[in-house]
Amino acid sequence: MAKNISLKINGVDVKVEEGKTILDAARNINVHIPTLCYHEDLCVAGNCRVCVVEVTGARALVASCAMPVSDGMDIHTNSLKVRSARKNIIELLLSEHNADCTQCYKNKSCELQDLASEYKNTGEPMFIDLVPLKNYTIDNFSPSIIKDDSKCIRCQRCVRTCEELQHVSALGVAYKGDKMKISTFFENSMYDVVCTNCGQCINRCPTGSLIERNYVDEVWDAIYKDNKHVVVQTAPATRVALGEDLGLEAGHVVTGKMVAALKRIGFDSVLDTDFSADLTIMEEGTELLTRLKKALVDKDPTVKLPMATSCSPGWIKFIEHTFPEYLDNLSTCKSPQQMFGALAKTYYAKKRNIDPENIVSVSIMPCTAKKFEADRPEMRSSGHKDVDYVLTTRELAIMIKQAGLDFDALPEENYDSIMGESTGAAVIFGATGGVMEAALRTAYEIVTGREVPFENLNITPVRGMNGIKEVTVKIEGTVPEWSFLEGAELKTVTAHGLTNAKYVMEKVKSGEADYHFIEIMACPGGCIGGGGQPIPTNMEIRKKRTEAIYLEDAGKPIRKSHENPEVVAIYKEFLGEPLSHKSHELLHTHYKERKRY
Amino acid sequence: MTVNTLKRIDLIFHEDCECRQVLEKTFSKSNDDIINDVLESGLKGRGGAGFPTGLKWKFTAEQPADERFVICNADEGEPGTFKDREILFKVPSKVFSGMAVCAKVIGAKKGYIYLRGEYRYLLPELQKALDTFHRDIKDLIDFEIFIQMGSGAYICGEESALFESMEGKRGEPRNKPPYPTVAGFKNKPTVINNVETLVYAFMICKHGPLRFKEMGTSDSRGSKVFSVSGDTPIAGIYELELGMSLEHFVEEFGDGDTKAVQVGGAAGFCVPRKKFKETIIGFEGVPTGGSMKVFNSSRSMYNVLHNYLEFFEEESCGQCTPCRVGCQQLMKGVEAVKKGEKKAVYLEQLLKLSDTMKMASKCGLGQSVANSFSSIVNNFREEMIY
Repeated sequence: MAKNISLKINGVDVKVEEGKTILDAARNINVHIPTLCYHEDLCVAGNCRVCVVEVTGARALVASCAMPVSDGMDIHTNSLKVRSARKNIIELLLSEHNADCTQCYKNKSCELQDLASEYKNTGEPMFIDLVPLKNYTIDNFSPSIIKDDSKCIRCQRCVRTCEELQHVSALGVAYKGDKMKISTFFENSMYDVVCTNCGQCINRCPTGSLIERNYVDEVWDAIYKDNKHVVVQTAPATRVALGEDLGLEAGHVVTGKMVAALKRIGFDSVLDTDFSADLTIMEEGTELLTRLKKALVDKDPTVKLPMATSCSPGWIKFIEHTFPEYLDNLSTCKSPQQMFGALAKTYYAKKRNIDPENIVSVSIMPCTAKKFEADRPEMRSSGHKDVDYVLTTRELAIMIKQAGLDFDALPEENYDSIMGESTGAAVIFGATGGVMEAALRTAYEIVTGREVPFENLNITPVRGMNGIKEVTVKIEGTVPEWSFLEGAELKTVTAHGLTNAKYVMEKVKSGEADYHFIEIMACPGGCIGGGGQPIPTNMEIRKKRTEAIYLEDAGKPIRKSHENPEVVAIYKEFLGEPLSHKSHELLHTHYKERKRY
Repeated sequence: MTVNTLKRIDLIFHEDCECRQVLEKTFSKSNDDIINDVLESGLKGRGGAGFPTGLKWKFTAEQPADERFVICNADEGEPGTFKDREILFKVPSKVFSGMAVCAKVIGAKKGYIYLRGEYRYLLPELQKALDTFHRDIKDLIDFEIFIQMGSGAYICGEESALFESMEGKRGEPRNKPPYPTVAGFKNKPTVINNVETLVYAFMICKHGPLRFKEMGTSDSRGSKVFSVSGDTPIAGIYELELGMSLEHFVEEFGDGDTKAVQVGGAAGFCVPRKKFKETIIGFEGVPTGGSMKVFNSSRSMYNVLHNYLEFFEEESCGQCTPCRVGCQQLMKGVEAVKKGEKKAVYLEQLLKLSDTMKMASKCGLGQSVANSFSSIVNNFREEMIY
């Protein structure tokens, strides 16, 4: 048990655990201290200084986010000195910031704007406008992320995100003094560096300095065109987060309302990425079993194990840069988004009798890396760009607001068909461990003819927020075809956040671990914590979204991918069987090494 | 006429030191006795901040750890300071010996000299002297000193930025606490002392605490090495007893037309002629890391201030708002007032800003910009405007 520390905040006695900061203590008693560089997910920087408070007897003001409490502290969060310093600091930040708020993508969702509004920084600015003196640039070369230095307040949340959560360090601090800025290796474009497009920096940027490249207008234009058939797919994690941008608390499942909204916006067909998530399980599960068979029975030395999931495009770009020697260990399956895209302009087009040329394929994703993925040259196997536009959950919320819809009042509606059927296994793709769980539900049944030996199909050891989850499943009672797996122990590992991914890959590389199957999601918590999800994000919000995902799973009549009737149908009518020639043509791909510098 | 209080001392540069003999004598004492001697002497850090050296050593020694370090801060970057260069050039073995004493007391096996990037030319001779020193004392103590080069950033003289730099990271000050005595280099308890402090600590071991304590005042014991520059016929390095009045200093070093003295470099205070008499050089008055810049009446104090602000604007590490943006605003602000683009009353706004920087900046750099800014603006206001 940690020792309790007694202190006073604005005259009120507070007791907090030793090791906590003044900011923690103030929050405990609901005293609001403004912050900018502070973020729950990141280490403390203490560099914006807006959270300074007065400690009686101290020579200077102290940053409450960085100062540990000590016994007898007498703290004032709103004294004359504090207010005067805080106002000055806010004005300083504004003097260096391109405060063209009405033209800003983050207008009304900007922490600096909120603070300026709170402190009523109105009228003549206190200081000289430094913006015209700086050679600010906008980096808009990336299909995913736009970086506008003129909006940057140098809080370094993005730098810490990229380094601590993702171990990518595409963003860093360059120069010093008045020239200090957040930049990349050799100040190259975000498109040309090790950036994985995961968008975690966007989720934590307090201003409009880092935003997604948005395609809202392009999608509206497509919808307005009479000759275009616009199909939309929605990723699993969007339905448990969209509500947050539309006035609902975190943790609401809004699947039906989202479908209703998309229909009212004018999409010609509202379909579900869940369908292709189930398809991914069929392909990827079969691929895993095939690799195991080749390795164990055929003793084929060219088979690469462990096999790693390939759904997360941030992870794909990370492995291309960082562990290119393991590219053959990736499942050859495309991500559900890209499987869907390839099928929308082939299978779907054929069934609905539409010229694929006239299909515009849009996806709603919790992810910014999906924008980059859709732009990849590998993703044109339908003969067209398989997915034309990728919108984040946030962009969908913008469209819903623009359409004038009262989201909460919408009825719950069902997805269209075909390619709109979902299972519980597909929904859980949105959370870390979900692909693993869905794959096990199906693969175990293929091999043994029985359901996975977990209560209610809930494979709880692969769930939850632990960064790395190692789970071994013993295979017993196999059907004759898979008897070579009798008694085998399938070693799996599930990691989320690229820092954890790197750790897992280093264990594989050193030979310390002998996994068979690896699930990696680039973002903390998996897709529910994706870079395209509503802002803010923190552990509590990610947990609520995760709970919502598993709630959705538990309520589904079908909870195993191989039982999705539309999946059964597509194999019967179009693909033949998993890993068929047709599957390979449309649903699988290979990636290439990228240089780190 | 009063007697001139200025006394030249010749402790540091005088006499060849038989370092080994002194170390042998010192090492025969207990660690507690050594720390008590340093405490008793009243020695305070010579880098400018003036923390009692003995306490720093004591805290570090008492901090439980598997490894501790002693670091000599030779990143002498304060404008107008050049005394550490002289010490390292002339009496390097005294610096090494001071580090060795500290190492014994705190139980460090490794020490580092963080040498200012611009002093690279000292490196060959310094390394040679260091090799000799290692040979001489290797049977006395298991302690090795390494020299690490800085790269020229002023901020890396700030102790925690220095650690970051030594660890191969960007030189940015850390949040404090924890202080270096608890978590310094590589997050281990670390003593970081200025070059001169280490030499004085060693001199105290040699002569005993009383010889040191006899000099100076109750708040500022001993002597100190000053770098005298500017409008003086006898610019150079002088070891003087602490506690002299600025009037006596100017009598000795001025050119007869002294208008102001900048005490403590860009981060220090500007003292105008009318305050020379009442100003004591020392921790009870105006402290200095050694820089004494003399200005005569031909100098524009606006230009002096502008020069300092240019320096700070560039040398701020840029991480914290008050310092990064504040420095830019102070400079643009005085320019605007001078050009008539802003009214003179804008100086009040800037003085408030400098106060915010003093109160809210993350490290000593941003906190001390206000020293020169407010002392120059307040004392030479008309020169800022007309």
